[in-house]
Amino acid sequence: MAILSQEQAQAILQKVLSFSKADECQATLTGRTAGNIRYARNNVSTAGHSDNVSLAVESRYGKRSGVATCNQFDDDTLRRCVQRAEETAKLAPEDPEYMPMLGPQQYLTPNSFAAKTAGDTADARAQAAADSIDLCVARKLTVAGFLENSTSFRALRNSKGLQAYQPETFVDFSVTVRTPDGTGSGYAVADYTDVGKFNAKALTQIAADKAAGSVGAKAMEPGKYTVILEPAALVSDEGLLNRLFYELGAREADEGRSFLSKKGGGNKLGQKLFDERITIYSDPTNLEAPGRVFDDEGQPVKKMTWVEKGVLKNLYYSRFWAQKSKATATAFPSNFIMSGGTQSTADLIKGTAKGILVTRLWYIRDVDPQSLLVTGLTRDGTFYIENGKIKHPVKNFRFNESPVIMLNNIEAIGKPVRLGGNLVPPLKIRDFTFTSLSDAV
Amino acid sequence: MKRRDFVGLTSLAAGALFLPSIPGFGGNLVDPERLLEQVDPAVKKRLADAALNAAKSAGASYTDVRIGRYLNQSVFTREKQVQNIASGESYGAGVRVIANGTWGFAATNDVSEAGLAKAAQMAVAIAKANSKAQKEQVQLAPQKGFGEVSWKTPIVQNAFEVPIAQKVELLLAANAKALDNGASFVNSSLFQINEQKYFASTDGSYIDQDIHRIWPTFTVSVVDRATGKFRSRDALSSPMGLGYEYLTPKAQDQVAGPAGTGLIGYRNSYDMLADAALAAKQAKEKITAKSVVPGKYDLVLDPNHLGLTIHESIGHALELDRVLGYEANYAGTSFATLDKWKTKNFQYGSKLVNIVADKTQPGSLGAVGYDDEGVKTGQWDLIKNGVLVDYQKIRDQAGIVGQDHSDGCCYAQSWQDVQFQRMANVSLQPGTTKMSVDDMIKNVDKGIYIAGRGSYSIDQQRYNFQFGGQTFYTIEKGKIAGMIEDVAYQANTQEFWNSCAAICDQSDYRMFGSFFDGKGQPSQVSAVSHGSATTRFNGVNVINTARKIG
Repeated sequence: MAILSQEQAQAILQKVLSFSKADECQATLTGRTAGNIRYARNNVSTAGHSDNVSLAVESRYGKRSGVATCNQFDDDTLRRCVQRAEETAKLAPEDPEYMPMLGPQQYLTPNSFAAKTAGDTADARAQAAADSIDLCVARKLTVAGFLENSTSFRALRNSKGLQAYQPETFVDFSVTVRTPDGTGSGYAVADYTDVGKFNAKALTQIAADKAAGSVGAKAMEPGKYTVILEPAALVSDEGLLNRLFYELGAREADEGRSFLSKKGGGNKLGQKLFDERITIYSDPTNLEAPGRVFDDEGQPVKKMTWVEKGVLKNLYYSRFWAQKSKATATAFPSNFIMSGGTQSTADLIKGTAKGILVTRLWYIRDVDPQSLLVTGLTRDGTFYIENGKIKHPVKNFRFNESPVIMLNNIEAIGKPVRLGGNLVPPLKIRDFTFTSLSDAV
Repeated sequence: MKRRDFVGLTSLAAGALFLPSIPGFGGNLVDPERLLEQVDPAVKKRLADAALNAAKSAGASYTDVRIGRYLNQSVFTREKQVQNIASGESYGAGVRVIANGTWGFAATNDVSEAGLAKAAQMAVAIAKANSKAQKEQVQLAPQKGFGEVSWKTPIVQNAFEVPIAQKVELLLAANAKALDNGASFVNSSLFQINEQKYFASTDGSYIDQDIHRIWPTFTVSVVDRATGKFRSRDALSSPMGLGYEYLTPKAQDQVAGPAGTGLIGYRNSYDMLADAALAAKQAKEKITAKSVVPGKYDLVLDPNHLGLTIHESIGHALELDRVLGYEANYAGTSFATLDKWKTKNFQYGSKLVNIVADKTQPGSLGAVGYDDEGVKTGQWDLIKNGVLVDYQKIRDQAGIVGQDHSDGCCYAQSWQDVQFQRMANVSLQPGTTKMSVDDMIKNVDKGIYIAGRGSYSIDQQRYNFQFGGQTFYTIEKGKIAGMIEDVAYQANTQEFWNSCAAICDQSDYRMFGSFFDGKGQPSQVSAVSHGSATTRFNGVNVINTARKIG
């Protein structure tokens, strides 16, 4: 029941709206079915499956709004759900930032669903874990990994005639391989729309090679270094660009409390903030990293350029802030794409006289929102490069760096790869600031 | 960037927009009245038995069922207006089994006898599928059944019974105090959680629990348009395992901060209005405060700051699942390895450092009667006189370290997530010699006093950390000598705790809390408290964090 077709979903939503007596009503139906497997110490540790589907009804009287939900879909339950939303709305305070619901919209055709992923089984996940474990056992290494496949859908309909539906599949895999004595560690991570592209063995191999290669790390003095940051260091659970991507709000900038606020008032739209090789955009129909074609309000998500040749071209405007600022509202995207070249990470290494290769960053936190300074540490594969070759592993570093400064210190940009639903290239950066050493492996 | 990670990266200001993505604050949005309904334990027992029986028939050697109603309510405001009010409910059941010596788990929102039986069968099927990749069978520490028992957080006033209008009024009054005292912006919020969870297992336990947590907080910002500089100061409240009574300030719960700072520490009740007024004044002062000169300083750390340092550098480091490698792929492992523990003389900290894990401490976020695998909770020593003596462990880990019991610290954030080892309340015991914070500062020649939770980061083995704070004061020749800015300290865990030179007494002791502590894959949050009194650390490396971006 968790995954409904467009027709099934819209039939339920249409019925919901037929019960509404409010000025405006919007109904949202979402469902998700997901299966996962976790393994560690060369053994399966936990695995699970969950199913959930839920309906949310938002009713409005003037500027007052109320929400109710249910997860049963017979007529009586749906009617009661609508009534509860209406009763709540009547008691709610008026919203001074009220925006009327949207009418019918045109959406891009989504390509975020792969039938093969939707049909994946617990047996297939167990096999992927077994492939990963067997490889590491054979090499006398210790592996920990996680694989999750999910299928979901979102459907919207409102009393102004708006209708939307999108199914989505997602495969999420990461693996850490360590030497049994704990002196070496390597990591690989990937995500896909189509599970057909997933190869647990190949990814485990990368992590295993890094683990074996990182034994005997030497300590180097903290300071400013040329670094090659692999995509996992830029966008993943802990990525150096995450914060930058999600700090593109116009309101915070206009209010004077963002790195995009201008001295004396206003924001930095139109200013050149980064190296001219930096272009960042969103595209929900990108073939490699597809995203959502509509947001929670039903606004169409379109291709949108945020930074072009280093210049800030657009900011995120909520519908309310857009109206207040006489700007165009922006649907918040679900992916970011950073343009790049054709070089792989290996090519970037070949072109480096002296530098540090960073596989992954960890525990990145804000230090100063004024400069977007963040701190964090390298992890699971940090190597010294000399004359175009990996010379030896190095002990992990703590860094304190601002992605704004970093994107002005670009030496080279590699070929973008998908990560976390985004497309990001490996970056070679000069004068990256490491502030202390860590004994962690 | 995964969409689910988004909220972790956004400021409190943006949080309201993405409310359904906050871990533990998802679920279905419902009307507030519905949050007061309860499900009859007799009904839950019948449902649980359906799952236990179905799993047994399908070939499980052990089964536990958790039927949970996870309720939450959050109120977000900014300046003079309400941004969002949401009441959420998530109701469903998770069934965990061992079959062929392997764990399997399935969850469903179909809370009927048929729905639970189906989930139980699926959990067994998953366990059997996974057993092909299993090299070592699961061994559970023995656990007696408790029969039909119940436990409830000892609250005075259920926050869900308080009218929303009253909560809105409180937050807007706090905002007004901040604005009256010079704030440019203020965002305030109130989070409330009620876990109504029922646990049943083939050991013979049927445990009904009613758990409450609350967290009022705010961020006050001051913008100086002329210089383009902005600074903020967060609330010095603590999330607590209390009811709405936490929001009625009581004089006996207030501890004066160092002379010259105006700071107040809060125990079991919080004065949100007074703190909002002070926050605005301090945010304004931060704009012109001197930038710190980097170097070595003696640090005097307030409990509302030190709690997070304890959490990151001791609490997480002594989780046995990390030590054993179960979290190697995400949260990481630990420097506090078994060989260090086995020596019985690993000096984690100075002799003053006594760390206790406790799942029973009244008012704490981690207090429950029984954990999520049916183990009765208690307290135990982790560090005694500076020496590492124990870890935090659950049923399937105890045997690996040659022990015969779980510590009762297994937890799942909801019915649809599998339970695993989570942190207990981990607290630093107060000093035994009478000492106030002013007594402590009197003896510091060159130091920094830090209050509140700021920036924090630690490596995956818990060696190297960097912490900021909310407010910083320089200490010169035994006295507070004014506010400073751009402070962060970097240290190695063992060196830092061995530099612990003095701890204030019990009268200064209070709890810090972490409401959204993340761990595991898929990531789950848990809430945990850390008690301490103000503590002094000698000769810690302080860096200056100011940068220019043009």
